[in-house]
Amino acid sequence: MSMTPPDIEGDDARFAGNLTTIEPEKQPAAARIIRGRSPWQLAFERLRKDRTAKIAAGTIAVIILLALFAPVIAAALGHGPNQQFVDTGENAFGDPVGPNPTFWLGTDSSGRDLLIRTLYGARVSLVVGVLATLISVAMGVLFGLVAGYLGGIWDAIIARLVDVVLSIPFLIIAISIAYISHPGFWLVVFVVGVLSFTYPARIVRGQVISVKEKEFVEAARALGAGPIRIMFIDILPNIIATVIVYGSLLIPLAIVSEASLSFLGVGIPPPTADWGQMISDASNYYQYGYWWYLLFPSLALLITTLAFNILGDSVRDALDPRGAGIYE
Amino acid sequence: MIRFLIRRIAQAILVLWLSSVAVFLLFFVGPGPTQVARTFAGRLATAARIAQIKHELHLDEPLPVQYGHWLWNLLQGNLGYDYYNGQSVDSVVGQAIPATVSLVIGAAILWLLYGVITGIVSAVRPRTFLDRGFTTSALFFYSVPTFVLGLSLIWLLAYKLSPVTQFFPFHGYEAITANPGKWFEFLILPWLTLALVQAASYTRLTRTSMLEVLNEDYVRTARSKGMSERRVILVHALRSALTPIVTLFGLDVGTLLGGAIITEKLFGITGLGWTIVNAINIQDLPVIMGIAVLAAVFVVVANLIVDITYAFLDPRVRLS
Repeated sequence: MSMTPPDIEGDDARFAGNLTTIEPEKQPAAARIIRGRSPWQLAFERLRKDRTAKIAAGTIAVIILLALFAPVIAAALGHGPNQQFVDTGENAFGDPVGPNPTFWLGTDSSGRDLLIRTLYGARVSLVVGVLATLISVAMGVLFGLVAGYLGGIWDAIIARLVDVVLSIPFLIIAISIAYISHPGFWLVVFVVGVLSFTYPARIVRGQVISVKEKEFVEAARALGAGPIRIMFIDILPNIIATVIVYGSLLIPLAIVSEASLSFLGVGIPPPTADWGQMISDASNYYQYGYWWYLLFPSLALLITTLAFNILGDSVRDALDPRGAGIYE
Repeated sequence: MIRFLIRRIAQAILVLWLSSVAVFLLFFVGPGPTQVARTFAGRLATAARIAQIKHELHLDEPLPVQYGHWLWNLLQGNLGYDYYNGQSVDSVVGQAIPATVSLVIGAAILWLLYGVITGIVSAVRPRTFLDRGFTTSALFFYSVPTFVLGLSLIWLLAYKLSPVTQFFPFHGYEAITANPGKWFEFLILPWLTLALVQAASYTRLTRTSMLEVLNEDYVRTARSKGMSERRVILVHALRSALTPIVTLFGLDVGTLLGGAIITEKLFGITGLGWTIVNAINIQDLPVIMGIAVLAAVFVVVANLIVDITYAFLDPRVRLS
């Protein structure tokens, strides 16, 4: 917060539309301190006024905390994530028991604590979401820089590569690869990450094309800098912030992709707690009255993706207020 | 125009060829020849049968030759032989296509209508109650994973409201030629699920695109000439606002025709998506490869059609 200049606006109502930042003529003369602010500071200011964004960011923070402290909560309740409670966690027919003082959210079909498993599921979702996004952003930066800066034949080759990756539907490649080489955590991260590099690559390419005509790039070239140096030392730092922001929009997509793979049985292998897998298992039980088994993992997944998408939308709008995003 | 067509079609063929190489490398080279033959043969094959298949598939020959044989068959429309079920992959795929097409086309009509209409209303009346409602629900359906929405709809409509809505069967598929009424009943929930998830992007895109176009000079001109608002919006603005929507629509329909995997699996619709999931579970490699190749064809052809349509509508596209 210290990086933002003192709040000279005061009047919140004028900022409901968050389109304008300074309307000096309406300010009393004494309060009129005009400061130069970078686009990033402006964006941050707009974001700070956005109540929806704050709620979404708060929700994400809570989810991260819950995921971090899952082992602590598990220890406090005395229920491990993969521990089966054959006596208390299953009814006489070996089926799940509903929410009760011992198992706050009930148990699953193997008599395991649903609350603890849902919390541990958050760890998998978040870690896969972030790691896969890092891979796709790193690849996107590499391909986008090369395509945008070198252009010509390189651009054409990378464009065809993107076409090929987009031509076979994501789930088809993903389930095929996952099956051929035995599903596992790192495989899921790798598959989801690599297959979604096309979006960041396109963003980076566009940014590079607009930056590479600037004078400082020309100056670097005049000084004798080679293409690799120009791409990574001169251009990349200028676009990295945009890349990070747009890249973060990929996190909810990666989370849903991972959950979908696990739902189809080719994602994170059991017994690791995972939302997609829990929902898949619950789909054989919920219709017989075990509603909690489906409800809680589904809610966890839904709240997570919703929070990330809402925050992403708000960030995008804050960066580009004229773009007609959802929350104008 | 002719030059554009030739260049664009050549590009599409190149992409298809590269996709075929990718599929070939992924499935043939990755696991190694004996493993491939074993997977092709199914789990219970004898050693002699495996050797025979290895020979039939030219797995004992150099890689480029293997690829050549495979590609030659593909070009003749022969996707291979499904040893597991003892029939050609073409006929396995042929049986599955009508179900996927029924699902995707029905849902596409729903999501396009709903998405575009709500998008227009949102753009024309921004920040009203209706706009908030449509955009918020779009964000919701954009975020909800297909299987969560599908299971919720099944729970709500098929189980909870079953006394009221007794007509909702929700698992299975009946060909339209066999029983049109049943076909429709089986598809209601899948259509709704797929359409709601897809429509979200269309509401958002239509709204953004319309808001942009409504600020254009020619829209102001049309208004200042005294044209009715209805005509301004539905004829002048919507026409150019539709461009990005058509692109997205082409891509989405192309991709889903290769198999609406989750929806099909959820509702037991025996289309391409259901077939490929099933094939993966029983390691039925020829079917997996056949559907992957077919899906690539659908996507590339859908893209080609969209681009060519543009070139006809908008001369600027041809030059770029």
